[in-house]
Amino acid sequence: METNILVAGFGGQGVMTIGKFLASAACDATDKYITFFPSYGAEQRGGTANCYVVISDEEIGSPMTDEMDDMIVMNGASLNKFLPMLRTGGRLFVNSSIVKEEIGRSDITVVKAPVTDMALELGNSKVLNIIMMGVYLGYTEVLPVDVVWSTIEHKLGKKPALLPLNRMAFEQGLQIGRAERA
Amino acid sequence: MEKIYERTKLIQADKVSGFCPGCMHSTIGKLIGEALEELGVLEKTFLITGIGCCGLHIDYVRCDNTTAAHGRACAVATGMKRSRPDSIYITYQGDGDLASIGLAETMHAANRGENITVIFVNNGIYGMTGGQMAPTTLVGMKATTAPKGRDPKEHGYPMHMCEILNQLTAPYYLERCSCNNPKNLMQTKRAIKKAIQNQIDGKGFSMVEIVTSCPTNWGMSAMDALDFLEDNMLKEFPLGVVRDRSKEE
Amino acid sequence: MARVLMKGTEAIAEAAVRSGLRFFAGYPITPQNEIPEYLARRLPEVGGHFVQGESEIASVNMVYGAGCAGERAMTSSASTGISLKSEGISYCAAARIPMVYVNVSRGGPGVGTIQPSQMDYLQATKASGNGGFRMRVFSPSTVQEAVDMTYKAFDYADQDRNPVLILSDGVVGTMMEPVELPPMRTDEELAAIRESKKAWAGIGHPFDVPRSWNQPGIWDTLKWEQQNKDNAALYESWVPEVETLDLEDAELVIAAYGISARIAKAAIKALRAEGYKVGMIRPKTVSPYPYAAYDEINYDTCKAVLDVEMAIPALHLWDVEKGVKDRCPIETCLRSGGIVIQKREIIAAAKKILG
Repeated sequence: METNILVAGFGGQGVMTIGKFLASAACDATDKYITFFPSYGAEQRGGTANCYVVISDEEIGSPMTDEMDDMIVMNGASLNKFLPMLRTGGRLFVNSSIVKEEIGRSDITVVKAPVTDMALELGNSKVLNIIMMGVYLGYTEVLPVDVVWSTIEHKLGKKPALLPLNRMAFEQGLQIGRAERA
Repeated sequence: MEKIYERTKLIQADKVSGFCPGCMHSTIGKLIGEALEELGVLEKTFLITGIGCCGLHIDYVRCDNTTAAHGRACAVATGMKRSRPDSIYITYQGDGDLASIGLAETMHAANRGENITVIFVNNGIYGMTGGQMAPTTLVGMKATTAPKGRDPKEHGYPMHMCEILNQLTAPYYLERCSCNNPKNLMQTKRAIKKAIQNQIDGKGFSMVEIVTSCPTNWGMSAMDALDFLEDNMLKEFPLGVVRDRSKEE
Repeated sequence: MARVLMKGTEAIAEAAVRSGLRFFAGYPITPQNEIPEYLARRLPEVGGHFVQGESEIASVNMVYGAGCAGERAMTSSASTGISLKSEGISYCAAARIPMVYVNVSRGGPGVGTIQPSQMDYLQATKASGNGGFRMRVFSPSTVQEAVDMTYKAFDYADQDRNPVLILSDGVVGTMMEPVELPPMRTDEELAAIRESKKAWAGIGHPFDVPRSWNQPGIWDTLKWEQQNKDNAALYESWVPEVETLDLEDAELVIAAYGISARIAKAAIKALRAEGYKVGMIRPKTVSPYPYAAYDEINYDTCKAVLDVEMAIPALHLWDVEKGVKDRCPIETCLRSGGIVIQKREIIAAAKKILG
């Protein structure tokens, strides 16, 4: 069993953090093979950002294939660029606050969540990625929720004041993901 | 009979120098040896020579040594001194080495205030490679790569390394000396000794620039070269202390 | 030992510190910036020194100095920066000064692209500077391998008194994988290592013992020829490291190293599952190169050797040809320019050969 995940969006949307947290949680909680690969460009700010996470029971070949099982897309440009890489039967998680385009594929599962709007309602636009992680985990259950949360807690260790907000963001995402799954 | 003079232990006893007549490299080698002996650090000293005639010293000295790649002596000394702060590291470089191909390494070691001693031998010409133009070649002075003489319109002007490094905040001690007469020679020795003492005391970057002659590539006799040095080189490169932070302490 | 998720570059840096690295000089260039950044934080914690050099050239010459003084020293860069370092690498090889350097290679030639590539193969394995010296060159396929190879690279560098290269690439350098880190060498171990170098280290010696004379050249041509002979004998003594897979019955053998090899391995697994008999030769040291591994191929059954690499024109191919010695055809499957080769491309190339 091997899961190839792509996370893509604008720089500044916390795309790399989603990938890194997933990989860290998988490393902490399982004995599986894991890779996290950030695609890198020359721009420091404002470009598109995307990263690849592979979680597998066996040795991983490429940490960045062009055939994805799951895809988390945070903006329209990323959808257009990467959607052809999602395999038939793959799962697409979309930030519907920003991505207004028609998905136009019937061979995949689409889970929509307005994570930018939700983050603004929570009072901090930066937590959109934590909400999206919740959505993804609530739907896929690819990793145990408590393990991922403790990874987030650990990574936010230097800013404990932010924990309650992130917890709320994570929970709201989980609810959407679980509801979609049901 | 009382022995009142002995050759410095830095130089191998059985060696006769192969430097050209009138060249001051052997004199400077002697001064460095005497300074190290008087300071009692001869046997924990490492010599990093530059490329060119400077490198001939490796065959004469008894101390540990290496030849740095062209111009990189200050970078090599940086790596050595940081790793072994208790040893004494001296670079010995000519004008092409220190001021042309190694300008970046020299400037940045000075700017970091590396605790090393730099001996800069400036004779205004490339020696070993055969008389090519150096960054310190005087205006009008002929070189094999400036056959009509240095023309400022084409080649710019001689570079004054002490003054250039004096623009930086970190260097501790910069002095320009010469070996063209006994008085200047004694001052050169005092400067070298001070530059080494600064390293022992952990004061940082010290450089002694020594204006010398190259009779072979200047195309002169040794005596004429001394006159040329006095009348021309020292006009362009005035002697004296350019920076001494100890005076500010 | 618990596993931790680490980025390739940072894992290399930490492995180096654990192996005894105490002096690093480097200059920024993508995609290896995390090595100097990590060591700028880490080395002072262990009493080591980090210097950001004014250039690649200055950095490698600082490492020449530190290595000459008997310290475990390293520099790192990427492709075009490695070209600048070739001066100092050649000097280390000439003066027999131990040092380790890392190339997190990117697309070439010239400034090329900053994305992963394997375009520096010939530079890394055949001529990393002027003068015909050789080095041990390790090529990791995983972050764990990068750690293990870096850790032992310092031992080889000291043992040989010669530079050792870790030839990585933008994927192994920038990806994160779980790793188990090797133990930290103790102060006692490091003191013993320094003591072992004392006879030749440039630290200043009492005049009643022979001076340390670390010269990258001498005037005497006969002596220098003798040194070249001694160096050549040293290079000959090295034993290559290689991983081979299912060569006995293989109808196709894939030859690949580094990042290409791990992707090829996944392709082979898929091909085997479909009944295709595919084997593999993966050099772990690309210098010395494991030519003898090609003698293990059963040329009665093997239709071809497929060279898979991220380089156009093919470069690893030069060594594959030397290993195969015309015993079967050689095909290639190549990407370049910073594009990472895909498993399906390798599978397609294999099926084309096997029919």
